[in-house]
Amino acid sequence: MSDNIVEIRELSFAYNGRLLHKGINMRIPRGKVVAIMGGSGSGKTTLLRLIGGQLKPSCGEVRVEGQVVHALDRSGIYCMRRKMGMLFQFGALFTDLSVFDNVAFPLREHTDLPESAIRDLVLLKLNAVGLRGARDLMPSQLSGGMARRVALARAVALDPALIMYDEPFAGLDPISMGVIVNLIRSLNDALGATSIVVTHDVHETFAMVDYVYFVSNGVVVAEGRPDELRASELPFVHQFVHGEADGPVPFHYAAPDYRQDLLRGAHA
Amino acid sequence: MVPMLDRLTHALRGIGHRVIDRVWRLGGAARFFLYTLVLSGESFRRLHLTIREIYYTGVLSLIIILVSALFVGMVLGLQGYNTLQKYGSADAVGVLVALSLVRELGPVVTALLFAGRAGTAITAEIGLMKATEQLSAMEMMAVNPIARVVAPRFWAGVISMPLLASMFSMMGVFGGYLVAVPLIGVDEGAFWSQMQANVDWREDVLNGIIKSCVFGVACTIIALFEGYDAPPTAEGVSRATTRTVVNSSLAVLGLDFVLTSFMIG
Amino acid sequence: MDRTTLDLWVGIFVAAGVAALIGLAMKVGNLTSGQVGATYEIIAAFENIGGLKTRAPVRSAGVVVGRVGEIRFDNETFEAKVTLRIDTSYRFPKDTFANIYTSGLLGEQYIGLEAGGDEEMLRDGDRISHTQDAVVLEKLISQFLFSKAEDGATKEAQ
Repeated sequence: MSDNIVEIRELSFAYNGRLLHKGINMRIPRGKVVAIMGGSGSGKTTLLRLIGGQLKPSCGEVRVEGQVVHALDRSGIYCMRRKMGMLFQFGALFTDLSVFDNVAFPLREHTDLPESAIRDLVLLKLNAVGLRGARDLMPSQLSGGMARRVALARAVALDPALIMYDEPFAGLDPISMGVIVNLIRSLNDALGATSIVVTHDVHETFAMVDYVYFVSNGVVVAEGRPDELRASELPFVHQFVHGEADGPVPFHYAAPDYRQDLLRGAHA
Repeated sequence: MVPMLDRLTHALRGIGHRVIDRVWRLGGAARFFLYTLVLSGESFRRLHLTIREIYYTGVLSLIIILVSALFVGMVLGLQGYNTLQKYGSADAVGVLVALSLVRELGPVVTALLFAGRAGTAITAEIGLMKATEQLSAMEMMAVNPIARVVAPRFWAGVISMPLLASMFSMMGVFGGYLVAVPLIGVDEGAFWSQMQANVDWREDVLNGIIKSCVFGVACTIIALFEGYDAPPTAEGVSRATTRTVVNSSLAVLGLDFVLTSFMIG
Repeated sequence: MDRTTLDLWVGIFVAAGVAALIGLAMKVGNLTSGQVGATYEIIAAFENIGGLKTRAPVRSAGVVVGRVGEIRFDNETFEAKVTLRIDTSYRFPKDTFANIYTSGLLGEQYIGLEAGGDEEMLRDGDRISHTQDAVVLEKLISQFLFSKAEDGATKEAQ
């Protein structure tokens, strides 16, 4: 059995005629927390969807546990997804179910466990994220951070081997962010799982991950351990890590010459 | 001359593009319908899912259906009496009200009201579930959203519609009775006996029920498809709900003509 | 909304819907007035049945005693053969008259039976020998015009 739970080779993906990924190569080793970072619109979330089998690559392959994802039939994909958990960007909780029912959802759908066993498991997961007391609330009554935590409990309800996080820190206050960072690391280690975190939060991510992939313009421009990348001299990495306004990713959107533009306006 | 030709070809191309677009969508909707039917097993194995949806589509539509029925029946009674009494056939107002309702107004008006109330609710709900990635989340949890979310709503709509149409017709007849007998003074016995003599179970009532079942299928699947296919933005969902009402109404009226010509001919 | 309240409302909804359906069938339609009792058949021949339809009522003294069954054309006698299904609890003598009446001025047509004085009763499969056709509007009008023309001619002759 390979040491990598996910292997991506020469992946190309086109969307609406535009080539989003142009030959991506990645290896996600077992048991590690790996971050995929890049600017907005660089196709990071799409990578998660390709791994999860929701999208088919145009070229190249994605292997999960040695199986090529897009070669599986529907039941094969569903089988594979039962070993994965995904945390969506704003939680994606089912708004018509309570917190308890949301976390119980994968258990009720995929296992034949009696309600008493399900109750114990749900309370266990909710306790792990610190929301056991909120079990009867409805998603509309939760704050953003709490909703994210419930979604996390739901994602790990079936003790998956691979957990994927889509921008888990987006729009959170510092305290909630700290909570999520803690949870990602501790859950990964407690479950013996592998985590992939798609994000652009440098500070929090570098503190908790084992390895980072930088994606820009459809290719992997840099990879390495957080301390390596912090010291990197590559222009894109430097701009990203230090949050510089201008660099390889330009400040100005493509536009004609400024002087020409102003003068034309005077004549028109 | 040339720019006009350009504009003409541009317009023609636009029409062609839109027609092809509609045909594509129709094909997608047909495939969606097929998937829903094929994956319907779960809706009946886990009946509580369907029952829950019957509550939201059927029970919550009751009030608008019953109130509308009452008013429609009362207007029919009024207008019917107004015209019939010129020919000395005021006794036939019961027949008029009952046949109009049972054959046409019951199924059609119920379907239009259903499309407006329950149909838009379904479209908005599913569109929002798509926009907030709930359907994606379900897929990633290896639960087929069509089996879990779409099919129970479909069967709930198909079951609710004939029940609502029957209640509409009954309430409408009652409304006609209220106007004709206590208010205007038509003979009560003549009202009911003429009605019973002239409304046939097989040709009128049953055909009306068949119509409302067909309308139920059409309205519900249109509402579900528009929601499922809506672009995951606020504007997309709002346009989808509008399309639900427009397409459902057109489908109902078109199907009504087709079914009526089959049933009469 | 917890499970049980929801189930209650759905149950009420479905029950009300089915009740409305049954109500439509019984009170509004003619499901109950379909004959449930035993009937026997007698045949009546008419030269013209006008607008008589199957399942039209057969009345005697104004009371519905049966329904019209089949209506056939006899190619040998060139008459209409109407099968009447009479309730077995009613017996009619052999010389009963069968007439086609119209209810109201423009209403539906029905068969009226006028009992004769014979001691023997009609049995299943018997024929009624005395029949009167339906009043056909066109014939009535032409008769009227004809008699008017006759009156005019006799007056002139006088």
